[in-house]
Amino acid sequence: MSILTLFIIIPVLTIIGILLSKSHMQVKWVAVVGMSLQLLSAIGLILLYLAERRAGNMAEVLFVQDNVWYETLNIHFYLGVDGVSVAMIGLTALVVFAGIFASWDIVDLPREFFTSLILLAAGVFGFFISLDLFTMFLFYELAVIPMYLLIGIWGSGPRHYSAMKLTLMLMGGSAFILLGIIGIYFNSAPGGGQLTFDLIKISKQNIPLDAQLFLFPFLFVGFGVLGAMFPFHTWSPDGHASAPTAVSMLHAGVLMKLGGYGCYRVAVFLLPEAAHQLGWIFLILATIGVIYGALGAVWQKDLKYINAYSSVSHCALVLFAILMFNQTAMNGAIMQMISHGIMTALFFALIGMIYGRTHTRFINEMGGLMKVMPFLGVAYVIAGLASLGLPGFSGFVAEMTIFVGAFQNADTFHRVATIIAASSIVVTAVYVLRVVGILLLGKIKNEHFETITDARWYDKMSVVALIFGITLIGMAPLWLSDMITGGLGPIMHKLLAAAPGLN
Amino acid sequence: MIDFSYTVWILLIPLVMFVVVGLFGNRFKPLVSGLAGTAGLFVMWILSLVTAYKYFFVLEKAADGSFQKFLAFNMRWLNLTDTLHIDMGVLLDPISIMMLIVITTVSFMVHVYSIGYMDGEKGFMRFFATLSLFSFSMLGLVVATNIFQMYIFWELVGVSSYLLIGFYYTKDSAVSASKKAFIVTRFADLGFLIGILMLSFSTGTFDFLTLTGANSPAFSSGTGIMFLGLSSMTWSMIFIFMGGAGKSAMFPLHIWLPDAMEGPTPVSALIHAATMVVAGVYLVARLFPIYIFAAPVALDVVMYVGAFSSIFAAVIACTQFDIKRVLAYSTMSQIGMMMFALGVSGYGGHEGLGYMASMFHLFTHAFFKSLLFLGAGAIIHAVHSNVMNEMGGLRKYLPITHATFLIACIAIAGIPPLSGFFSKDEILAAGHERSLMLYWVEMIVSGLTAFYMFRLYFSIFWGKETHYHHMPHEGSKWMTVPLMLLSIGAMLAGFIPFSMFVSSDRIPFHSGLEMSIAIPAVLVGLIGIAIATVFYRKETTLPDRIYNALGGFSNAAFHKFYIDEVYLFITKKIIFNYVSRPIAWFDRHIVDGSMNGMAYVTNEVSDRIKRFQSGQLQQYALVFVSGVVLLTLLFTYLMTN
Amino acid sequence: MFEGVPLTWFLITGTIMFFVGIYGFLVRKNLITILMSTELILNSVNINFVAFNKILYPDHLEGMFFSIFIIAVAAAEASMAIAIIINIYRRLVNIDVEKMNEMKY
Repeated sequence: MSILTLFIIIPVLTIIGILLSKSHMQVKWVAVVGMSLQLLSAIGLILLYLAERRAGNMAEVLFVQDNVWYETLNIHFYLGVDGVSVAMIGLTALVVFAGIFASWDIVDLPREFFTSLILLAAGVFGFFISLDLFTMFLFYELAVIPMYLLIGIWGSGPRHYSAMKLTLMLMGGSAFILLGIIGIYFNSAPGGGQLTFDLIKISKQNIPLDAQLFLFPFLFVGFGVLGAMFPFHTWSPDGHASAPTAVSMLHAGVLMKLGGYGCYRVAVFLLPEAAHQLGWIFLILATIGVIYGALGAVWQKDLKYINAYSSVSHCALVLFAILMFNQTAMNGAIMQMISHGIMTALFFALIGMIYGRTHTRFINEMGGLMKVMPFLGVAYVIAGLASLGLPGFSGFVAEMTIFVGAFQNADTFHRVATIIAASSIVVTAVYVLRVVGILLLGKIKNEHFETITDARWYDKMSVVALIFGITLIGMAPLWLSDMITGGLGPIMHKLLAAAPGLN
Repeated sequence: MIDFSYTVWILLIPLVMFVVVGLFGNRFKPLVSGLAGTAGLFVMWILSLVTAYKYFFVLEKAADGSFQKFLAFNMRWLNLTDTLHIDMGVLLDPISIMMLIVITTVSFMVHVYSIGYMDGEKGFMRFFATLSLFSFSMLGLVVATNIFQMYIFWELVGVSSYLLIGFYYTKDSAVSASKKAFIVTRFADLGFLIGILMLSFSTGTFDFLTLTGANSPAFSSGTGIMFLGLSSMTWSMIFIFMGGAGKSAMFPLHIWLPDAMEGPTPVSALIHAATMVVAGVYLVARLFPIYIFAAPVALDVVMYVGAFSSIFAAVIACTQFDIKRVLAYSTMSQIGMMMFALGVSGYGGHEGLGYMASMFHLFTHAFFKSLLFLGAGAIIHAVHSNVMNEMGGLRKYLPITHATFLIACIAIAGIPPLSGFFSKDEILAAGHERSLMLYWVEMIVSGLTAFYMFRLYFSIFWGKETHYHHMPHEGSKWMTVPLMLLSIGAMLAGFIPFSMFVSSDRIPFHSGLEMSIAIPAVLVGLIGIAIATVFYRKETTLPDRIYNALGGFSNAAFHKFYIDEVYLFITKKIIFNYVSRPIAWFDRHIVDGSMNGMAYVTNEVSDRIKRFQSGQLQQYALVFVSGVVLLTLLFTYLMTN
Repeated sequence: MFEGVPLTWFLITGTIMFFVGIYGFLVRKNLITILMSTELILNSVNINFVAFNKILYPDHLEGMFFSIFIIAVAAAEASMAIAIIINIYRRLVNIDVEKMNEMKY
């Protein structure tokens, strides 16, 4: 049994523990212990992975575990990781850990809340470690479904509408994905032989071009919906606005990454020729998304909406980078996913904490909060600076890698797209500083805010963990970038084979 | 070879200070964090002086007699492509060492001064933590080994400037000024970034040693025509200059600098007079070989922008009443002159006079301008106002400030033997060799400079007697001692034989005074001073009459030629109202509307369909029976045919 | 006894009974009447079974058996239905079929 199984077993045990616990306090502590263990094993996994690589183990995927699950259709329970998935697991573990602390104040049905939350986390972990398309899809659905309950029951505002909208749009996306996966399955053995869902085996085959051209849009759009690709992003603002804090964190921080990761791992990896031929359409959409999300955020007045649009912009940058089809940009895409994951989780955590104190999310009704809650204020400024890509935080590393990578495509189309996308950094600065200025600085507008208290210990836990994440990557990105680059070999190989002349 | 790797500590000390003071500062008394920051800066100052001494006097020169340019420290920070990687390190050459000295000296003085100036302010500890962050970023910028490291620290100085301008964060004007400074420079940095991308794509490297070395790939690649008749190398250098113009407040990206005066005055002295704002000049100087050999058109752009900014700002400075704003426009004007000097420069030996002059002026300007700002700080501290109309006759109350301020004014006016004279003379000499027209423009600028500086001086220290609520008095020793030290610098810095240390090809050369340039320049300066004396020595109505006589022009200058309004119009009216709001609307109603529309149609259809399920058993049976009957008839019909 | 009666007559009787049953089933509102209508439909089928058996296969008895079977089932069904109707009546004090739409959509 490989270490990867732990990432399924720990959440399951935690859920059992939560169901057996007697008091609210016990529920929370079981969740904390479980997710701390998960975080530790994620760190352990990163270290083990680096050690294996340093020891010269150059296998495409490590820590493989392969069990037959349903023989008739050749479905396997097939786990394994490369540099990219290890990085994503690290991100997920960190965000979930912080999410548990951020939902310390949950009063209604904490047992059910934490169960759904951890179920969601389990789905995400499962998605990242699976190498079998079918298992991958299964975990994907497992991650999406609890969302409905989490928003519908514990949400705020028009929560039923938002939950319905979010779930339906994501389900629409997964219908596309299912179609794509089945299509790949039936083309998985073009030379005859047994059909398979095995990602690695399929990647060694060349799926016929007409099948690729048919399937690629389904898969890319399907995953793109979850990755908030323009124009399928509208679930994101409403969903985030209604979701409880930890759910927003997990959703924007991790779940949306499933989309980008899926585009990378399934759509582009398995269908490289179609990606080359059709990529330009999605590149245009992604570029629009980058600038559109940023400009959309400038006008919003609700903190969560601002952040949701900013996520649209940042996630579009992920797709943008993937569609540049070169190693540097791909590396940037993965780093951007990780960076945005931590950063946006931090944002949503802080917004939740601010909302819990002021009972409003409208920036016009707030002002001068820095005075009454310096800790949260400073943390918000840090999150904002990270979001606008300040060096020293992870966002800068990721964005610069993307832009340098994207610029290696020498034709005018890619150049113009790159420059448009790069100009979003200015717009980002505008809306981030606008919010910081109105929300935190200036004079206190409402005298009720005079009595607000600053962060408590569990708030600090969550915030500090996430800030540590962004600064660690921002200050010392080399190990992460090299780890990811190590995992990009196979996909670059396939892309090169599909279109020689790229680098 | 002497080991210079200790220079990395010049960077690390302020970083450590920032983290320690930032995280734990509130556990101590405020004074402790101030003293800690100052002590750290003192160590860095000593280290920089030692480095300069060792570099210029001990280290042997390269074979061709030039000062060596080498990496004292280097480590890999991030791998991008096969050839491109970002390193972090310390590059030593004459200009980086000169900047080290400028930054640590001014920063040290400002630290000491701030202990007195900021005494009793809330956020004393925050102030010193951010100052340390600024020192770290600024030093990292000047010792950058590659253009990407420079960009990284470039952004970091931007954010430290943002934090320091917005230091009084409960004041709305400070908040919006800090926001403006950050966004404008950020916009310029976008140009810088695009320039870096283009440069690195065509040359395959970020490294300064390679880029500006003798066989630089920049000289051979990217020369093809790309857009509007200019080569891609030219475009990339223009874009990079855009970044420099943003940081150095060149027209039309200067609008943030006057507003940045909302920050505490020591910050204005350090960041917005002596160090950060000259980063753009330093950037152009750093890439000078590329500008001169591969992108001469871009260098012309530098020249024209510099010249225009210098006269533009000098005119505005004559009309302002806020003393810090006068100084801000003066800074912009002086930096314009530095840019101009770089723009007219050639390469190597006496050809590179402009380059040397620009660096020389940067050096002397740092002393007298920070002295002016610190003096202004002392005045504001004493009278609690920024506006010169509310001052007058202060020479009796603030003797030390008066004396040092006068020294700085003479220095900036270019009157021998103070420092400004020497450097300005070199700039004018370099300009004279290149373009006679621009030479006269700069001549007018130096006359205007003398005029507005002495206008400022007389309005503050002479003129009408004002009744003050409190008796103005000098600040503590913390404040007066740095003033005196800096005034020594402002007096003597000009006597350094600068061309022996800094030159475009790093080979020392001799440059003497040219009397044909120096005499007219001094005369122009004296005329400026004389006019100011007539106008402002005693209270008269003469200035008002002249102001009114010029009518529209002076009014436009007073309103800074309405550049702010133009920007405001573009951002608020056009981008905010005509781009962002429609996008938000489009998103809600069209994009989201189509999604909601799909849901609505589905819902409607299902609503129609569900009406079949009436719950009436007999209705179901009727449908069933009619179905059976119809089918039977159909089959019968089919069978019979 | 029925020697002279042709099959058609039986079939006509059966069909009339069947459609009378259908008509009653569709139109009457009272559950008891609807139940009676179903009995009519069942019995019309019985008549057909018996008639076909007698005339087409006189030496076989399957048709008879089937109709007896139907009678038994119908009896069981009637008792069940009446039980349900009584329960409905107890609950709603009404056995009008149109009022019974609690479970629609």
